[in-house]
Formats: sequence, structure tokens, C-alpha cells
Amino acid sequence: MPEGKLCNKQTVDAKEQLDALLADKGGKQYYEEMNHLDVDKKALRATLKNVVRSRFKTWLEICSHCGLCAESCFYFLANDRDPKQVPSYKIQATLGKLLKRKGDVDNAFMQECMDSAFSKCTCCTRCGVYCPFGIDTGLMFAYMRGILFSQGFSPWEMKIGTGMHRIYRAQMDVTTEDWVETCEWMAEEYEDDWPGLKIPVDVQNADIMYTVNAREPKHYPEDLAEAAILFRVAGENWTVPSEGWEETSLAMFAGDGAACKMQVESVYDAMDRLKPKRMVVTECGHAYRATVIEGPYWAGIKSGQPPVESIHYVEWVAEALRTGKLKIDPSKKIKEPVTYQDSCNYIRNGGLGDVAREIMGYIAEDFREMDPCREHNFCCGGGGGLNGIGRYREQRNVGLKIKRDQILATGAKLVVAPCHNCWDAIRDLEEIYKIGIRWSFLKPLLISMIDVPEHFKPTEEE
Amino acid sequence: MYEFVTGPLAWISFGIFFIGLIYRLVWYIRGLNWQLDRVAYTQHVSYGVKGALRSIFYWMMPYGTRSWRDNPGFTFLVFILHIGLLATPIFLKGHNILLMERWGFSFWTISESTADVLTVVVIAAIVFLILRRIAKPEVRLITDIHDYLMLLMAVAPFITGILAHYQVGNYRFWLILHMLCGEILLIAIPFTKLSHFVLFFASRAQLGMDYGIKRGGMKGKGLAW
Ligand code: SF4
Ligand code: SF4
Ligand code: SF4
Repeated sequence: MPEGKLCNKQTVDAKEQLDALLADKGGKQYYEEMNHLDVDKKALRATLKNVVRSRFKTWLEICSHCGLCAESCFYFLANDRDPKQVPSYKIQATLGKLLKRKGDVDNAFMQECMDSAFSKCTCCTRCGVYCPFGIDTGLMFAYMRGILFSQGFSPWEMKIGTGMHRIYRAQMDVTTEDWVETCEWMAEEYEDDWPGLKIPVDVQNADIMYTVNAREPKHYPEDLAEAAILFRVAGENWTVPSEGWEETSLAMFAGDGAACKMQVESVYDAMDRLKPKRMVVTECGHAYRATVIEGPYWAGIKSGQPPVESIHYVEWVAEALRTGKLKIDPSKKIKEPVTYQDSCNYIRNGGLGDVAREIMGYIAEDFREMDPCREHNFCCGGGGGLNGIGRYREQRNVGLKIKRDQILATGAKLVVAPCHNCWDAIRDLEEIYKIGIRWSFLKPLLISMIDVPEHFKPTEEE
Repeated sequence: MYEFVTGPLAWISFGIFFIGLIYRLVWYIRGLNWQLDRVAYTQHVSYGVKGALRSIFYWMMPYGTRSWRDNPGFTFLVFILHIGLLATPIFLKGHNILLMERWGFSFWTISESTADVLTVVVIAAIVFLILRRIAKPEVRLITDIHDYLMLLMAVAPFITGILAHYQVGNYRFWLILHMLCGEILLIAIPFTKLSHFVLFFASRAQLGMDYGIKRGGMKGKGLAW
């Protein structure tokens, strides 16, 4: 059987395909079919030729096997310094071999590559910062995922994720109606406490177009209400688009370039339609990376910049605190020791380390840095889509140990984690290792700390 | 033989060395693609240049980066090795006399005792790097035969050179072998890992531009390498 019914080289563009995949609980049949999936060597060779050019070839060739990248990788450390977890080894054993064999590889090899690309690398890009030659193994693994995807070797959840983006322009099955209804529902739900609260949909020429992670409308709608409260308190003229509201990209994790393009273009279209001054992305790391940092390239924008200036939520918060749009009640600042999870996606790969510190300066009395921190921080352990992949749960859980120990060393019991993936990983690490910590996005913390203007006081306080 | 090694072969090896390196550099740059690499190389030029220069500068400074500082012993070996590898042949008196004779120009020179010290330093650094390769499991696993070959090729001109200089045994033999080793090294550089002679700069500049233009360089102070 060269192509499976569920596991194949086709992309998921129809709802029936997606439903069939979803019905296969845990991907049992999907992975079984994967064992029989043929490798299209001709196509693979062509893909390699397109993707692996002088930059990657140079990286693979000049690597002096010095091993400096070893300790930079949290997997190496978490797996008791297993030499097989050295970034250089991991990439040479996969992409390096694939290239040497010019794509002449079998099914077992492709599965090994998939297992490495997803369970031994979260594409956190830390190792690239530690290599004298600037060899960015995490980046190569991200492209490796694309090569694997083109041959149908993708974890089940990733394949589903790409289908979601292709069909719903969101990582989950949230339709335009669901989204708009959720906005209305949340505004109503919170209106009693926050008189006049609104979530304005499709307003043109607003100062801010706010965009989210589909998990928010789907599972944590209160996050949306909290965003509305903070925008309202800050007096912002803001809106959300009815379409093009989703920032995340499981397609990026999966390596489905075409779906990445479709997804970001839906957001850029919303910018064209609504002509906001700026866009603000919710507290999500990879969403910001996908739509603001990488997105313009998928969409073919030569300047490498999104159509309108786009900022991460932490940038908006820092600005609002700096300009006094949001004022913290000094008596409500966080008194206990608190630490901050630097997301690879907007700190190391987005340059927002200082912005995060600025916020902590306003809201915390006893801020404790993790060691290492900022652009040198370790991945939380759940990056690159790993949190969501059942097949690699065990490997993920081992990787979480590094973050656990980093948090423990700070002595803080509260972790501020303005990134959905990091937030999940920290939640899971508490569940598994029970170290007695709490974790939070910024929004609920801010709401508990800000001065609320008279006209907008929750009614029970009036 | 002596005439051949110092004459045509020298020309050929220097020719291959320079043309090969230029070719590698051109090949590298031509292989870049803004959309595939997702770096707007030609836009935001000042950020790109700044990113590239920072990325090269900090890594050329001994202990200039976190990675160098985390590995003090290795960093020491790498820097003294490279200083010795480059300075000794370029500034050696004998080489410069030859240069003047054959090609009509020369650089300033170092004393013989300095050259001796540098030579011993290179040999010692390479011995320690080989020991490190064997001793550290994470380095041993990724090491292959090429890595040893590179070290051997790099050290051979130094060993043969010092043997010739001190006329251990047959001077003529060591001298010719020394020149052959040097020429082999020159020819090998463009075609092997040693192409990092130029590709180090290319790769560092590329990643520097990536960080400088795209990954935060336009927002923060620039990556703290
Ligand atoms: S640090 Fe760089 S050169 Fe050294 S082994 Fe790792 S990838 Fe290769
Ligand atoms: S990108 Fe991160 S997870 Fe992947 S090999 Fe490098 S350090 Fe390890
Ligand atoms: S999940 Fe968080 S820490 Fe991990 S790679 Fe993503 S942003 Fe980085």
C-alpha cells in the first residue's frame, strides 16, 4: 500500500478528510498506515534541491564537530548528556544523511527523521547561538519538517493542524460565526462587572486590530474578555476582525508552507480590509513568530514586514504602562517572588527581552530571573508543537525537567508565561513533577493590579 | 624537486587556494534566497550590516560570547591554534625571504624564537584538541575520520617545518616535505571543512543578518552573543 487513506502525501483541504483523521483516535490507523507509506524518491530529491542550498550545505559541511552546541540543547542536558542528543549529531544523522544519500532512503529512515525532528528538537534555535559557525540546527530541523511533510511523514496531530488551517484558517475548528458569537457572548458575560464592555468587530481605521490564538475563543474565552477590559481601561480604540483573527500556525510547526501562507494571508487581508494603525498579537509566542516574523516571507512581502506595524502583547502592555494608559496600584503589585518564562519565539527570535523586564519592573516587587534568561533561555520543553503530539509525550516530559529545575532555582512559586505553549508546558510540568508552582498569563495579573477609572468600575464596587 | 615545489607547485597551490576560496564565497552568496531563507537581506541595510558585524566581531573576540566563556579551556586552545596557524606562516622570516625572491614583496617578520614558540603552541593545541575529541563522549560520537584528517593536515607543515629548521636528519628531505604539506593544506582548504577559512565569515554574517533584520534586531539591542 503506497499511500494510506489517512496517512499520505496529500494535504487536508476538505472537511471529510479532516473528520476522518479526527475519528482515528490517537492516530492509531494513521501511524499504522505510515509504516507502509512509500518514499517518492524523485520528488524528495527535487525538494532537497530546492530547500538545501548553500546555507544549509555549508552548515552541514563546515561543522567542525566541536560539540560546543551539546550543552546548549536542553534535550542533551535532560537526557543525562546523551551524546545522541547533541544538535550536531541529530542533524547529521537526519538531514545530513538524507543529503548524502541524495534522497535514496526508505520508510524506516523517514520515520526516524520524523521522530528526531519532532521529539528531539523543538526548533528553539538556542544551539545556533552557541555554535562558533552560527550553525542553526533548530532552523534546519524546521525545514526538515517541511521535507518530511511533503512526503507524508508528519505526526498525526500536525497533519490535523494543517488541515484546520487550510479549512478554517485557524488551528481549531472555530468558524467565523463561532468567533463572532464568542466575542459577543464574552462582552455580555462580563458587562455586568465591567459596564459598557465591548468587543468591537470589524471596525475600520481603529488604532489597534487585535488578533488571537484559536484556543482562546475555543477553550479560554475569558482571555478575550480580559483583553477587552484592559483595552477599555487603557482607552484604546480597538477592534477584532471577523475573519483573519487567528495568529497561530500549526502549519509552521508541521512544515506545511502553503498552509502557512494561507493562514497569514487571512490576517493580512483583514489588515487591508480594516486598515488599522497597528496590530496587536495576543500572549502567544509562536503566533507572533508565525504572523509577524516569518509571515511576510511566506506572503512574499519583500520588506519582510507585515502590511501594518505589528506588535506582541507584551509590547503593548509595556507601552501602556510606560505612557500611563494602564496604572498599577502599588499596593497590589506582586509581592511574592515571581519569575518570567522567556519565550524563544518572541524573546530569542523577536528581541523583546527588555520589554518583558520593563513590565516586570512595574508589576513585581521581587522579580527573579531564571538562569540562563532572555535570549539565552532554555525552551520550556513544549515548543515546536511538541505539547500537542501524543506520540512523543514521554520525550516531552523528560525535556520538561530543565525548565522545572530552572524555576525551582529561582525560588519563585509564580511563573509569568505570556506564551500559550510555554504556559501549557509549565502547567504540564507542575502536573507531572508537582513542584508547587502557579503560572499565569499577564492579562489576569494586570486586571487584579490596575487602577480602574470611575466610570468603568465593576458594579459591585459602586 | 626543490625547484618544482617552490616554483610551479607553489603557483598552482596558491592559485587553487585563492580561486577556490573566492568560488566558495560566490557560491555561498548566490545560494542565498531572501524568500526561502526568510531574511530580507537587501532591505534594512543598516540593520543587516550591524547584525553581521556584531555576529562576526563577538565571535572573533576571545571569550567574547557566552559560548566561548562557558568553555574556557577549549576557547583558549582554539584561539592560540588559529593565531599560530595564521601568524607563523605569514610572518616567518624564511617565508618572507622566499616571497621577496620569487614574487617581489614581503610582510614584516617575527623572530625565529617567536616562530618556534608559535609552532610548539600549534602542535600542542592540536594534541590537546585530539585528546579532547577522544575524552568527551559527546564530542567522540560526532567525530569522524575527516576531523582527525583536518587536524593532521593543519599540523603537518608545522612538524615538518620545525624538523627542517633544526635540521633533524636530512634537511633537504624535511624541507621538501614541509613545502609539500603546506601546499597540500592550501589546496585542501577550499574543498574541505577548512573552507571555514572564508565560510566562517559568510555563515556568521548570514546568521547575524537573520537576527539583525528579522529576529529581533530591529526591536531590541541586538542579540547578546
Ligand atoms: S557547535 Fe557548531 S560546529 Fe560545533 S559541533 Fe555544534 S554545530 Fe558543529
Ligand atoms: S533548536 Fe533547541 S531543541 Fe533543537 S537541537 Fe537546538 S537547542 Fe536542541
Ligand atoms: S514553547 Fe515557549 S519556550 Fe518552548 S520553543 Fe516555544 S516559545 Fe520557546
